[in-house]
Amino acid sequence: MNLPADLRYTESHEWVRREADGTLTVGITDHAQAALGDLVYVELPAVGKTLAARDAAAVVESVKAASDVYAPVGGEVVAVNEALRGTPEQVNADAYGAWLFKLKPADAGAVDRLLDAAAYEKVAGAE
Amino acid sequence: MPKHTPLNAVHRAAGARMVDFGGWDMPLHYGSQLDEHHAVRRDAGQFDVSHMRVLDLEGADARDFLRATLANDVVKLKTPGKALYSCLLAENGGVLDDLIVYWRGGDAFRIVVNAGTADKDLAWLRAELARQSRAAALTPRDDLAMIAVQGPNARAKTWQALPETAQPTAALKPFNGVDVAARRCPLFVARTGYTGEDGFEIMLPADCAADVWQALVAAGVRACGLGARDTLRLEAGMNLYGQDMDETVTPLESGLAWTVDLSSERDFVGRDALLATPPTRQLVGLVLTEAGGVLRAHQRVDLGHAHGETTSGTFSPTLGRSIALARVPASVRPDDTVRVAVRDRALAARVVKPPFVRNGQSLVG
Repeated sequence: MNLPADLRYTESHEWVRREADGTLTVGITDHAQAALGDLVYVELPAVGKTLAARDAAAVVESVKAASDVYAPVGGEVVAVNEALRGTPEQVNADAYGAWLFKLKPADAGAVDRLLDAAAYEKVAGAE
Repeated sequence: MPKHTPLNAVHRAAGARMVDFGGWDMPLHYGSQLDEHHAVRRDAGQFDVSHMRVLDLEGADARDFLRATLANDVVKLKTPGKALYSCLLAENGGVLDDLIVYWRGGDAFRIVVNAGTADKDLAWLRAELARQSRAAALTPRDDLAMIAVQGPNARAKTWQALPETAQPTAALKPFNGVDVAARRCPLFVARTGYTGEDGFEIMLPADCAADVWQALVAAGVRACGLGARDTLRLEAGMNLYGQDMDETVTPLESGLAWTVDLSSERDFVGRDALLATPPTRQLVGLVLTEAGGVLRAHQRVDLGHAHGETTSGTFSPTLGRSIALARVPASVRPDDTVRVAVRDRALAARVVKPPFVRNGQSLVG
C-alpha cells in the first residue's frame, strides 16, 4: 500500500499533512481513490467555513459512486484546490499530490492523535 | 462462493479489480474504467460476458412456441442467423427478462438471457413449454463462454486475431450471427453488442475462451470490465434488466414499445394485460445541464406538478456530462427541463430521447 510515512491518516481514508505554518493539508488516500475508481466530480468546501472533526467537508464522485470526505480535525477552511474542479482525475493519478482543502486547526495537537501509516494500513487492509 | 467464468484466472492475472455481480466474480476494470470506455468508442475493447446464459431451443414447435411466448415476433426472422431483441413478459405484462433470440435454421433457435435471471427464465420457459404442450426442448449451454468485441476497429481486429472468422463474417449484417466451423474451437459469431458500437459477440467452447481472449489482446483489443460496459450501454440508451426495468413495469413504460408487436392478431403471454392498461409512464433520457454532481439511479425527478425517478445514471465519458435514464409521467416531452435531486441539491436536466451516443458520436447536442 502506498502510504507516505510523514502523513497522518483517518479511518475514513483521508490523509493529512502538517505544513510549516501550522495549517493542515487534506486529501484522500491512494487506497481510497483506487476503491472509488476514476473520479469525475469534486465538490470543495467554501473557504472560511468552520468544520468540526468528522464533519462532511467535500464530496468526490467517481464513475461508480459518490463519497463524502470528512474533516480529520476541527478547524477553518483556509484554501481549496481549485484546479481539481476541472481535472478531478488528478486525484487518481497522484492521491498525495492532489490535495482537496487546507484547514487551520482549532487544536494544533489534534493531528497527532490521528492514525500513523502503520495503523492506517491495518484499517485499510482489513476492508 | 461467487461463480467463475472460464476467463476468471485471465482477469486476475491481468490485475483486474474483481466484484460480485449477480453471484458472479467479474472484472469491474483493469485499471481505468474511463480508458476502457474510450477504447471501445475509438478503437476496440473486449468484455467477458460468459455469465450470460445461452439456451438452445430445438424441436418441431420451437417457432410456434416463441411466437406465443415472446413479446416480439420471431416471424421477423426470415433468414438463418438473424437475431431479434425481445422482452419475455409475465401474464400481467411485467418484464421477466430481455433477451436476444437467433434463428439457426430449421427448428433450431438460440436464446441469450441475462445472468441474474437465467435460472428463473429457464424454469419459466420450461413450465411454459409444458403448459402449451409444445414439442421442443430447451438446453442450457453452460459449456459455452461468450466474449463481446466492440468498437469501430473490433471487426478488423477480430479478423486479425481469428483469421478463420474473416471469410464467414465479412458480409455479416448487423444483428445476424453465423457459425464458424473448426475442429477444436467452433465459434458462433454474431454482429451484436451492448455498447452502441459495431462489433461481434462470440460464443465458444469454455476451454477455448482463454486462447481467443489472448489472441484478441495480441491484436490490440483492450480488456474492458463491467464498469465500462455499464457506461457504454447507458450512453447507447440500452436498458439494464433489474435496474431500468423489472417485473413491476411493462415494456411500454420502458422505452421498448418498438419491440412489442400489438398490431397483429398474434397472441402472446402478457398481450392482454398490455392492451388493457395503456402506459401512464415512460422511460426518457436526461442530460444534466448544471454542475453540482453526478446523476445516479433512484434520484427523484421533479416536474413541478408530478415526479419520477432515475433508473440508471452516470458520468458519460464521451459527452463529458452526466446522463441518466428516468421513468417519468407520459406527459413529459423532449427538451423539457426537470430538476433532479442530487444529494442535497435540485439540479437542472434536459429531457432527451435516448440514445445519447451512437457509433462514437453525440446525439444530444
